[in-house]
Amino acid sequence: MSTSLVRTTAVLGRRLAVGALVTVAVAVGNFFLFRLAPGNAANLGLVPNASPELRRSLERQFGLDQSTAAQLKAYLLQLAHGNLGISFGNRQPVAANLWTALVNTVTMVVPGLLLALALAVLTGVYAAWRRGSASDHALRAVALTMFAIPGQWLGMVLLYAARGHLPAGGISDPFLAGAGLQAQLVDRVQHMVLPCLTYALIVYGAFMIVLRTSLVETLSEGYILAAKARGLSNRLILRRHALRNALLPLVTLVGLTIGTLVAGVILVESVFSWPGLGESIYNAVNARDYPMLQGAFLLLTVVVVLSNLVVDAAYSYLDPRVRS
Amino acid sequence: MTAATVSPAHRRGIGLRVRDQKAATAGVVIIAAFGLLAVLADVIAPSSVQQQVGPVFGRPSADHLLGLDDSGADMLGLVLVGTRVSMLVGLASTVIAVALGGVVGVVAGYFGGRVDAVLMRLTDVFLVVPILPLMIVVAALWGPSVGHAILIIGLLSWTPTARVMRSQVLSTRERAFVRRAKALGASHLRVIWHHVFPRVRGLLVANSVIVLASAIFFEAALAFLGLESVSTTSWGTLIANAFNRAASSAGAWWAFVPPGACIALMVLACSLVAMSLEDVGSARVPESHIFAGRLEVIRSDGQ
Repeated sequence: MSTSLVRTTAVLGRRLAVGALVTVAVAVGNFFLFRLAPGNAANLGLVPNASPELRRSLERQFGLDQSTAAQLKAYLLQLAHGNLGISFGNRQPVAANLWTALVNTVTMVVPGLLLALALAVLTGVYAAWRRGSASDHALRAVALTMFAIPGQWLGMVLLYAARGHLPAGGISDPFLAGAGLQAQLVDRVQHMVLPCLTYALIVYGAFMIVLRTSLVETLSEGYILAAKARGLSNRLILRRHALRNALLPLVTLVGLTIGTLVAGVILVESVFSWPGLGESIYNAVNARDYPMLQGAFLLLTVVVVLSNLVVDAAYSYLDPRVRS
Repeated sequence: MTAATVSPAHRRGIGLRVRDQKAATAGVVIIAAFGLLAVLADVIAPSSVQQQVGPVFGRPSADHLLGLDDSGADMLGLVLVGTRVSMLVGLASTVIAVALGGVVGVVAGYFGGRVDAVLMRLTDVFLVVPILPLMIVVAALWGPSVGHAILIIGLLSWTPTARVMRSQVLSTRERAFVRRAKALGASHLRVIWHHVFPRVRGLLVANSVIVLASAIFFEAALAFLGLESVSTTSWGTLIANAFNRAASSAGAWWAFVPPGACIALMVLACSLVAMSLEDVGSARVPESHIFAGRLEVIRSDGQ
């Protein structure tokens, strides 16, 4: 018991080390990437026709007259204090902008993921149960197609289908600010339907395929045969013995595809002008708002690293075999 | 992709088997058809596809089967021409990614030790970093262009290939014929090229199909975010243009459905090929003990 605990801690410790390494690598990489950009902070177009004196004073102000190593150190120190700079766009601290965006993204992603999981479990179990049948083939074809569809395109198709019925974008109707709580709630939900549905559908495909495959494999295990021999009903075997074990690869999949899930967020939020991290990136690209772009990228990396850790922890909690 | 047609002895060398002939054929045919369209685009499509031939978002008609886009240009011609850039970006970046991933994987697996450790830590970092945001950052800094898109997608998509190749090489490295060749004094390059590479080649082919699918997907994503120059016509930029001119709200489905369907079809074809190939060494297809239709226990020997 204690040794397994030690081992789990060791595994998680190593993951933590890799995560820290990645975060530092991205922070340092960010610094050099943006240094390679044409121009520096003093002549990024902020101050057109600046006199040489003004330019020099700006360079001093931004620390650009110092050595690269000194600048890197200053940059990392600022990061450690949570200072991500000021957005060129709205002149607010990048960190504050990103925090608002992160909250909005989570309110879109969590319902979307839950919907995708529910759909995947329902159809995955059905397909695995009727393995080889026409409905199995049809469900897999649908899942594969969902997997192949680009998110921005599905968003536009749904937008087309629901035009006139649901709001085309944004998170709420600004004209409802003074209206009652119920009206505002209905409005928020209406704004959520399309982005959440699009997100759920584009991540659904991979979920369903992995769940079905893993369930088919689980059903071939000896303990399923044993349960059957004990006279348990098929429904009970499916629920208690098969599904529980088949869900493990899904946890791994979520961990492995967090990068893809992030890509989906960027595309879906851009289509529906959902004011989250993805749209921040879209706007930052179009406005050449480098501090926001840099900050959003760093934050997404940290989110991915942390999610990987959570997935690892969840995995070792769900599967005792990993611990021993 | 040619694994199905070669002799059994050679097939073993490639290390792949086609499990689902129908799916593989369908996938290869679709990919080849798009490749042919890309090459012949200029012959099939009218020479000036960008030209305005009718009203903005004109409906599909006998003259213009897929209607007109936001500038009144013929969508069918645009999609045909767009195939060229999308396929070019997809294939070129796949070649870069697979070559890079193949070299990293083979070198790490073959030499092992410190070389392996360094290369794999590097791979770990790139595997964890969210790839699309990184591509966006680099593309935003380099400026929008097709060449940049190819380089960025190629240089950032090599990690899964490196991982897969490394583990395959690790298991090949200790095989008797490799050790024998080394004992006979063959150079590293010769051992890798004549003895190791032929055994992992098939896996590289299977992997490149998956990379191709993601490259097509990334091209469309970068184009959607405005990171491919506006003058370029590709599936991705066509969707982006339709979005920027609010084709969905205008009810002009024909302005974005065809290019998106091409992307989906292409990715689907790649998935079909990748899924129908399997390692010869991999385990048998598992036998379910219970499933619907026959509720009794099925013996694993199938009787």
